[in-house]
Formats: sequence, C-alpha cells, structure tokens
Amino acid sequence: MQGVGDKVAKKDKIRERMRAVTDHAATGLAVLSTLLVVAPLVAIFVYLVYKGASSLNLAFFTELPKPEGETGGGMANAILGSGVLLGVASCIGIPVGIGGGIFLAEFGRGTRLANAVRFTADVLNGVPSIVMGVAAYALIVKPQNHIIPFSGHFSAFSGGVALGIMMIPTVCRTTEEMLLMVPHAVREAALALGVPNWRSVLSITVKTASPGIITGCMLAFARVAGETAPLIFTALGNQFWSASLDRPIAALPLQIYVYALSPYDDLHRLAWGGALVLIVLIVLAVSLVRFVAGRGVLKGAS
Amino acid sequence: MLLCALSIFGIVALIATELVMGSQLTWHQFGMSFFSWGETPLIDILKAFSDPTATQPNYWDPVNGHFSALPFVYGTLVSSILALLMAVPLAIGLAVFLTEMCPGVLRGPLAFVTELLAAIPSVIYGLWAVFVLVPLMREYVNPLLIKTLGWTGFFNDANPTGLGFLSAGVILAIMILPIISSLTREVMSAVPHSQREAVLALGATRWEMIRMGVLRNARIGIVGAVILGLGRALGETMAVTMVVGNTAEIHRSLLANGASMASVIANEYGEASSNLHFSALTEIGLALFVVTIIVNALARLLVWAVTRGAPARAA
Repeated sequence: MQGVGDKVAKKDKIRERMRAVTDHAATGLAVLSTLLVVAPLVAIFVYLVYKGASSLNLAFFTELPKPEGETGGGMANAILGSGVLLGVASCIGIPVGIGGGIFLAEFGRGTRLANAVRFTADVLNGVPSIVMGVAAYALIVKPQNHIIPFSGHFSAFSGGVALGIMMIPTVCRTTEEMLLMVPHAVREAALALGVPNWRSVLSITVKTASPGIITGCMLAFARVAGETAPLIFTALGNQFWSASLDRPIAALPLQIYVYALSPYDDLHRLAWGGALVLIVLIVLAVSLVRFVAGRGVLKGAS
Repeated sequence: MLLCALSIFGIVALIATELVMGSQLTWHQFGMSFFSWGETPLIDILKAFSDPTATQPNYWDPVNGHFSALPFVYGTLVSSILALLMAVPLAIGLAVFLTEMCPGVLRGPLAFVTELLAAIPSVIYGLWAVFVLVPLMREYVNPLLIKTLGWTGFFNDANPTGLGFLSAGVILAIMILPIISSLTREVMSAVPHSQREAVLALGATRWEMIRMGVLRNARIGIVGAVILGLGRALGETMAVTMVVGNTAEIHRSLLANGASMASVIANEYGEASSNLHFSALTEIGLALFVVTIIVNALARLLVWAVTRGAPARAA
C-alpha cells in the first residue's frame, strides 16, 4: 500500500514542478515579447533623432530643395504644402465628422441607423488610403468636364479632398466617444431648465466635451498628416513654392518618399530631417491627446 | 447632423462607384482571369515558381495590353501572412504581459509606447526600413537563413539585395503589432474578473489562470484582432512599396523580389500609359477595397461580439 502511495506522491511532485516551470516559462516569454516589441520602436526613434537632428537647420525650414547634385537646400515648400493640404482636408473633414458624431451620440443614440453608421465608419477607417487616392483621382483629376471645381488636372484640391474623406470617419467616432462621456446630469439639468434639445446639445453638451472633441480632431489631423499614398497621384508634388489649390503641391510625407528612393545622399539627409519634423508633430499630438483626455469632466476615459 | 452622418454611407458609395466605373475596360476584356493565370499555361507558372533561373511568364504587360494581377495577389498574400506569423505571437505576448503581469507603474508608459508605434506614419517606417532594416537583412539575416534553412527551398541566394518578401513581412509585422496588441488587451480586459478568480480558487498557477480563465474566454475577440491586423497588412502601401522590390514575378523563395497590389498602384498609377492600364490598376484597387471591407467588417463583428456593451474604440 505504501509503495502505491509513494508512486502517486512522486507523480504529483513532478506535475507540480512542471506546472511551476511552465508558469515561469510563460512569464519569461511574455517579457521577451514585450522587449521585442519595444526594441524596434526605440531603435527607430533613436536612429531618426540621430540622423534627422544633424540635418535640421534654418535652411531646412526656409529654402527650396536644390537641384540634384548640389548640397544644401531645404523642404520649406513641402511644409507649406502640407499645411495647405491639411487645411483643405480639415475644412472638409472636421465639420462633417463632428456633425456625424453629434448625430450618433445625441440624436440617433440606440437607433439601427446609428449602429449602421458607426459600423460603416469603423470599416471605412480600415480601407487602405491608396484606395481613397484612386477614388479622388477618378472623381476630380480625371474628368475633363469641369463640373467639380479644379478638376481635370493634378491639384492640391484633389489631394485635400482625398485626405478630408479619410478624416471624416475618424473624427466622427472620436466625437461620438467624447460626447458619450458627458455625464447625463449635465444634459438633464439643461433640459430641466426648459432649454430645447438642439440648443442643449450645441451649447451645453458639445461645450463640455469640447476639449475631447478638439483632441480627437488633432488625432485625426496627425494621422492624416503622415499619409502619403493618396497624394502620389492627386497632389503629385511640386519642386517650387506653391500654395494654389489649382496646381500640384508638395507635401512633407510625399517628399520624404521621393527623396528616400533617390540616389543622392543629400536628398537622403533631407528625408531624415523631414521625417524627424513629422514624427515630432505626431508625438506632440498623441501626447496632448493623452494629457487632455485625462483631465476635467472626461477624466478616466482613455 | 443627419446629413453629416449619412455622408459616411455616401463616401462608401462614392468610392465603390468610382472604382467600379473605372475598372469596366479590364473587366470586360479579362473577366475573372485577371486575378488568375488567364492565358498563361499553369505549368509555366509552376516551373518559374520553383526554379529561380527559369524565365518568368510576362504577367503584367502594359506594352502589349495583357494584364494579370496574379503576382500582386501572391505578393500581398505572402507578405501579409509572413507579417501575421511574426506579429501575432509577439502581440499576444505583449497584451498578456500588459494586462496580467505588468507592475502598475510600467503599464502607463508601455501602453503609451505601443500607441506611439501605431501612430508613426508608414512612410517613416519605410524610410527606416530602406536604410536600416534592408542592409541588416542583406548583411546578416539573409545569409544566415540561406545557410541554415536553404534546404527547404524557401530561401535561396538568387537575390542579394535584401529587398523582398521577407523584409516586407518584417516591416509589416512591426506595423500591425500595435493594432493586434491593443485590441487583444481590450478584449482581455472585457473578460469578467469572476472568471479569473474562479480559476485561481481552484489552485491554478498564474499562467494557467491566464490560459483557462482569460484567453479561452477572449478567443473570439483575439481572432477578430488578428483579422483586423490582417486587414491593415493587406492594404499597407508605402512601407511595402519601398521594401518589396517591385518586380511582377512569382518566386518560391521568400527572399525574392516581388510586388503587392497596393505597391503596383502606388508605382504605376501616376504614369499609366493607356486606358486599359488605368482600368487594370483601378480593378486592383477595387479588389483591395472589397477585400479590406470584408476583412474589417468580419473583424469588427468578432470583437464586438466579445466586448458587447462596452463602447468600441476608434482603433
């Protein structure tokens, strides 16, 4: 009898040890995968700062790119061009997106239409940006009948439209999320005072959620600022100063792409500088979003 | 407000209409054989697939007006599947670490770091890949792979540039990691604590608790997160264009040059030489559109099924 009991006890001990070993192995694997994820990010950032910082000088922000083979020059026209494109995109994307978000959160909450819109917006967020560029090309750049303004040729307007329709679903969803976080007490207080629903929404709810809505817009802005693919065949890029909506225009990510693939070291240097500028902009926007979303009425949201 | 919300449907309808109208020419001329081997004999394709020295059939021929999107479909699938194979274990490991094992102090900064990874534009990933990753692959990783795994036939030394499917897969993996990881974390947090406590009460170790109590319950959501990552990988343009080598060929070797659907549109759309060429590229765009919509819809449904009740994040 004692022999059997000993055997069972030994088996249990082995099993216990295996379970402990598996537990430690799993913890080790999880830590390893975390390190493997963080390592490329740190590598990219460090390399970017190292390569980009050496090429950022005043000339970078004020001069046009020099002809190939000459050293010096800057990407000032690309920065201006990105500003123009993002301005057009924001004019299209932000009002429509905020309007859609207000509808989803306030007037259509719980209806099937609102669920369908929310689902479609999420799906649209996942569509590749190059498809948006193809659609903008087919809609604005290709037709020669001049129904749509600035149509028939490559233009900053078409690039701005492509970027704008990318912003709409993102802004819509983040606006809805921020509005849903406004406590009901605020709305009910306004309604109890006899304020009509539309007025309460506009003046009270939206105003309360406005820091969140603004940061949502900034997030969409930062995301769209880095998009290159839709611009390749709508805004096309430009080597000279241009702020006109009617002509091709330079854009920062587009120039980075073109310079990275060119065979000249000086253009590579410019590309790294541009990449650093872009990434600083995006890190600022993301950090600001995190900071603002954690204060005030909307605390504890993110 | 209602109009603004309906504009989302309008945008989808607009894109779909433009893409369908633009691809009419090739649709009438080639039909479904545009996405398969068409008139090229299958045996030629298979021969060229295995033997790096055999002549490749001319799939994509703007000069003669003969277009077949098979190499691009192959390239997209290979780079996406490679990316998934590399990214999914790492992403799930990261998610498990962040939700279950991480000391509270580290959780905030690590989550922030992952969010930053997701926010970096793809052209910057491409820039880094061209100047850092590709030389690394070329000098160290590829020779090692050829030496150790060359016998499988998937790694041969016909392409010494370091560009190719493997490099594209690596950079894609880095790009889809944060999406899969953050969605997995969300899905794991939605598992009620009672499940974890019940398994612990039965005497489980921490890993057993995670495996039985959390991962098993969150299975469907994790599958949804992976599918969402796949959707992102399928449509990724800039980083892949800069790294994949841009050759419309089908090779068995993972180190060979190739092209993906998005990369051929990015490279050739601005300079397409004929209406048929334009139409062929637009049809590839339509295929991308349809596939990513289906994949994203499926993924969102799966994630929603697990986190039902909690508001979804605009990932």
